[in-house]
Amino acid sequence: MGAQVWPAAGVVLVTVVTLAAGSLGLRRARTTGDFYVASRAVTPRWNAAAVSGEYLSAASFLGIAGLVLTYGFDMLWYPVGYTAGYLVLLALVAAPLRRSGAYTLPDFAQLRLGSVAVRRTASLLVVLIGWLYLVPQLQGASLTLSAQVGAPRWAGGLLVCAVVLVAVAAGGMRSITFAQAVQYWIKLTALLVPAAVLTAVWRARGDRLPAASGGWLHPLGSGLDHPLYATLSLIIAICLGTMGLPHVLVRFYTNPDGRDTRRTALIVIGLLSVFYQLPTLFGVFGHRYLPELASRRSADATVLLLPERMLSGLPGQVLGGLVTAGAFAAFLSTASGLTVSVAGVLSQDLSPTARHRHERIRRFRASAVAAVGVPYLLSLSGLRISVAATVGLAFALAACTFCPLLVLGIWWRGLTDVGALAGLTTGGLLAGAAVLTTLLLSPRGGWPGALLAQPAAWIVPLTFGVMILGSLATRSRVPGDVGRVLLRLHAPEAMSRDLPSLDRSAR
Amino acid sequence: MSERTRITHPRTTAARHGPARPPVREIDELTALGELYLESLMRSQRRTAFGMCAVTIGLLLGLALAVAGIAGWRAVTVFGVQLPWILVGCAIYPALGGLGYLAVRLLERNERAFAELMHQR
Repeated sequence: MGAQVWPAAGVVLVTVVTLAAGSLGLRRARTTGDFYVASRAVTPRWNAAAVSGEYLSAASFLGIAGLVLTYGFDMLWYPVGYTAGYLVLLALVAAPLRRSGAYTLPDFAQLRLGSVAVRRTASLLVVLIGWLYLVPQLQGASLTLSAQVGAPRWAGGLLVCAVVLVAVAAGGMRSITFAQAVQYWIKLTALLVPAAVLTAVWRARGDRLPAASGGWLHPLGSGLDHPLYATLSLIIAICLGTMGLPHVLVRFYTNPDGRDTRRTALIVIGLLSVFYQLPTLFGVFGHRYLPELASRRSADATVLLLPERMLSGLPGQVLGGLVTAGAFAAFLSTASGLTVSVAGVLSQDLSPTARHRHERIRRFRASAVAAVGVPYLLSLSGLRISVAATVGLAFALAACTFCPLLVLGIWWRGLTDVGALAGLTTGGLLAGAAVLTTLLLSPRGGWPGALLAQPAAWIVPLTFGVMILGSLATRSRVPGDVGRVLLRLHAPEAMSRDLPSLDRSAR
Repeated sequence: MSERTRITHPRTTAARHGPARPPVREIDELTALGELYLESLMRSQRRTAFGMCAVTIGLLLGLALAVAGIAGWRAVTVFGVQLPWILVGCAIYPALGGLGYLAVRLLERNERAFAELMHQR
């Protein structure tokens, strides 16, 4: 029983800190602008910590270490891709998207193409990607609570849902900015301190690193089918998928202008680079001290179990409590960010005519319940795929749909609504089918299995092709004022002050 | 009685009305000249942005192929850790940060050049 006190204390502490940070924002969230985008006044440094806090999910905190433990070297590409995605986002979309003044991806689609059909399709995709991303967070929470304090399998996910709903519904975006920034530092501390202690323990024992057992130590030695294709396709999915994650994009709207969004993205790369040194270390130690997890298919618990395996007695328990707290910070921060963006899209597109402020906020709160409720039910259905692999599929879906829409929408004046719709439908249906097949039917070997488990390498070029050809075939539908829209996306801040704002509501 | 004709130098009115209208408005009103300016801004930004992406993704894909293909790297160790683990686990992150810094610098330089061009008009 004594061993369960520290993890339980960690969960309670993180929950209280999250709610307290949320209530700090509550007193200040007075207008709808505060509620949705923190009135667009967050500095790059705060926002970068908030973006990182929101982005480091169950997949980063638990999943990577588990994958490294099980499959070895090839899994190092997950954290590299998670970081490089921000570089692609910085170069291609950060500043233009912020300058467009749109709040969500559907807003951008409508602003750029003036088409309600494209908007609705984009909304549907935001909800699907959000749900796909939320399921592993709730799965991870249930796993953590049952592994660390012996709670039933439904309890962890339900706790995360409840805390997220209270924090999100009460304070909206501003409270979340502060809570998310704090959670980055909680997560970093929760891995850094145990990593330092465990490294010292390992050195004191004079222990050796894992010997080359099979191909674990070597590139392409994961034992999976077609490892080279899987690695290359994974890199493409994560690099291009980051820009299409709804919860990440919403965060960038809280910066005052386009210049600051680039600086924010740059600081995010730094913060992620520091964090991602640590899960690998846990995976390597896990391979040495917890080898049985790989065969039991419960490698996601590596980070949680390692401290007590390597250190007996009180120190191991305290460190176990610390990593549990960090894991909960990861679930809470990512889940609340996803809930805000999914709920934002649901409430905007379900109630476009809500005029009164109170009515809009009430509908936002109702949408938040739907935003976490559905993935919670899915997480109970017992998917057996690892949390990092599920999150990888969410990235692939984003890369196959929103990446072409954003890149062509920002950089090519020839994009039309018909072309965009054709591309989103093609990419969404193909990637969605690949994701469902991988999740529901157990993954099969050979080329079909590899192509479905890592679909980005063939669907992303296909979606680009469909969008470009569809747009060229309907050239007469290029919006007449495309130049004015593109000017607002690309004009530097000093000049855009002289521009009258475009009224898109009439279109 | 014939109508009175007022004769002025054309530059006088030009000088009076010119500065009141920011040059960026010309682009916004979609004059032919404005379209040309917008296209030049987008061309320089597009070259930088897509160039940086190509370098980033090329670096990752190239490194993935290199560590898979060059078996000799496995014999090289740094503090007892094989070279591929060092490269993909640690060394690549500062490179990504450096590329990000470069991207911000280049994109902002293009924007400053464009703002100066507009200002000179």
